[in-house]
Amino acid sequence: MPMIELKDIAFIILALITLGSAGGVAFSKKIIYSGFSLLGSLFGVAGLYILLSNDFIAATQLLIYVGGVLILILFAIMLTSKIGDIAVTNKSINWKVAIPIIAGLACFLISSFSGDIWKVADKTPYQSSVSFIGNALLKEFLLPFEVISIVLLCALIGSIVILKREVK
Amino acid sequence: MEKIVSYLVGHCEKLQHLPEDFIYLALQVVAGLLVLMLFVAPFAGIISFVERRIAARVMDRVGPNRVGPQGIFQWLADGVKSLLKEDIIPAQADSVLFRLAPYLVFVGMFAAFVVVPFSSGLIVADLNIGIFYLIAVTSIVVVGIMMSGWASNNKYSLLGGMRSAAQIVSYEIPAGLSILAVVILSGSLSIQSIIKAQGAYPWQWFLFQNPLMPIAFISLFIASLAEGNRTPFDIPEAESELVSGYSTEYSGMRFVFFYFEEWANLYLIAAVSTALFLGGWNLPSAVVSWAQTKGDVLLHLLQFLTFFIKAMVMVFIIIQLRWTLPRVRVDQLMALCWKYLTPIGFVVSLGWQLGWLYFLRECLWSVM
Amino acid sequence: MNSYIPLLLLFLFGMILAGAFLALSHLLGPRRKSKDKNASYECGLEPSGNPHDRFSVKFYLVAMLFILFDVEVVFLYPWAVQFKEAIQSGMGSFFFSEMILFMVILFVGLLYVYGRKAIEWE
Repeated sequence: MPMIELKDIAFIILALITLGSAGGVAFSKKIIYSGFSLLGSLFGVAGLYILLSNDFIAATQLLIYVGGVLILILFAIMLTSKIGDIAVTNKSINWKVAIPIIAGLACFLISSFSGDIWKVADKTPYQSSVSFIGNALLKEFLLPFEVISIVLLCALIGSIVILKREVK
Repeated sequence: MEKIVSYLVGHCEKLQHLPEDFIYLALQVVAGLLVLMLFVAPFAGIISFVERRIAARVMDRVGPNRVGPQGIFQWLADGVKSLLKEDIIPAQADSVLFRLAPYLVFVGMFAAFVVVPFSSGLIVADLNIGIFYLIAVTSIVVVGIMMSGWASNNKYSLLGGMRSAAQIVSYEIPAGLSILAVVILSGSLSIQSIIKAQGAYPWQWFLFQNPLMPIAFISLFIASLAEGNRTPFDIPEAESELVSGYSTEYSGMRFVFFYFEEWANLYLIAAVSTALFLGGWNLPSAVVSWAQTKGDVLLHLLQFLTFFIKAMVMVFIIIQLRWTLPRVRVDQLMALCWKYLTPIGFVVSLGWQLGWLYFLRECLWSVM
Repeated sequence: MNSYIPLLLLFLFGMILAGAFLALSHLLGPRRKSKDKNASYECGLEPSGNPHDRFSVKFYLVAMLFILFDVEVVFLYPWAVQFKEAIQSGMGSFFFSEMILFMVILFVGLLYVYGRKAIEWE
């Protein structure tokens, strides 16, 4: 007898949170609502990472995306003059072209999803992903890891150069 | 937890038909709610009363002393009073975001308490990434604070929310680096393993493991004060310039949620520093073996008391600081974070300490 | 995995609990609206100016710096967890030098931040 596992229920809840909030981001009239809707989306994705047995990535998702990127986006919105008064949304234009494209894409996606192509992970007991990531970073992916620091440095210098020019 | 599950299954026939996972899960949810209802909420209430009494003593006043003996039921009276108050939502405010923000603040704080240990067995969920989860989940509170600042339609609230968000995210860097120093010593992110890696006596605590750890401790302490918007870092709610910051327009229960977050955070700061640096609930092994002969309940009670007393000492230090130090300015706040604590955090967590650890090891090897 | 599903439920229950308190307060509390009561409090006087005024771009810079350094800290954590084991297995110097390289590059970034006076908050 196939039983609905707790995992499946959790997946459905998280998927609903993620998609619902993503809808909120896309369809809100006020851009500040779109910004705050991102919270649900990012949170839902963090939950999905946990379902994929990767707790460290999930916490990182919360820390970097909710604590960092979302705050940055909100700052950007709030820094913009009189943004609260403006109601903009993605206008729906050209329905006639869009509907066939969406229908075709949906058919394609559904047919490819329903095929028997999915690799199901072995049901190994849950283990911490942190040490695995640590080993992988420092042994196998050493060069990318060191390159990351250069990328971060470039981003740092770039953001300061741009912002300092704006201030002056 | 396993013991409780097996006890329940053994004693209740109806439970035997359910899968064990399910009982385990239900138990954890119940435990989480109990922790919140029986510990965090009363603690936040009582500490609000304690803080007011201490503040009164510092300022040579009497403080609340009417409700119950010495006023110890003041917090209950305050709670009931706010429950009976009208929930005013300003006409100009963005009512959706205004209503939603206190939920985020409340849930973010509640979620952080899931990994706070009380004894070797009493913890809602001992996650593998415990301390990292704790850092991560606080970001929900930041979003809640920014939301309340924006939704209030009040320039002081907005500025308070912005300042608070900028302050909390800035100080997450030095806090993260100081915690890193502990993680290097313990080799684990789980809070219970970090505590187990320490011992009962002060020289076994991570605080005195090497000469740089006290610096890491102080740096974490300062950073968490700033993250909790505690004086001397309470510029987001500096009443002389920002009225009451992001919570200005709130009233009734919604206002209580913001203050609940603040006082619950007080315990969180104390508990984290106790767990990471001050040995947590560790008892001397003689006491542990003695308590085990008397039963597990006594052991857990003693461990809880050890943890709680250490945490309370920290809480009192924080309260004393609040009524002793003046508030810092915004530029001082940012300079302290980025110019002092962050480089110190780098050095403490990695430089000298690791060199020391590592070269000591090398020296030992060459001798052998 | 098992410790996370309760976590999700606790998030939900936390929301429900907060909602229950607010509902209780809604039931018990008075509801007497008036024009003056529902006006913004601000600082006790009549609200003046634009409530969503513009403010310094420095907040944005702080958030930016936070993300960059936070990404770095996140990379340090898996390394820190592994470091104790690495010392025991004799890989200590290897692990250590890798991380020192990583840190030094980013420390240069921090020095650049000081040099450009990017965090002077006036």
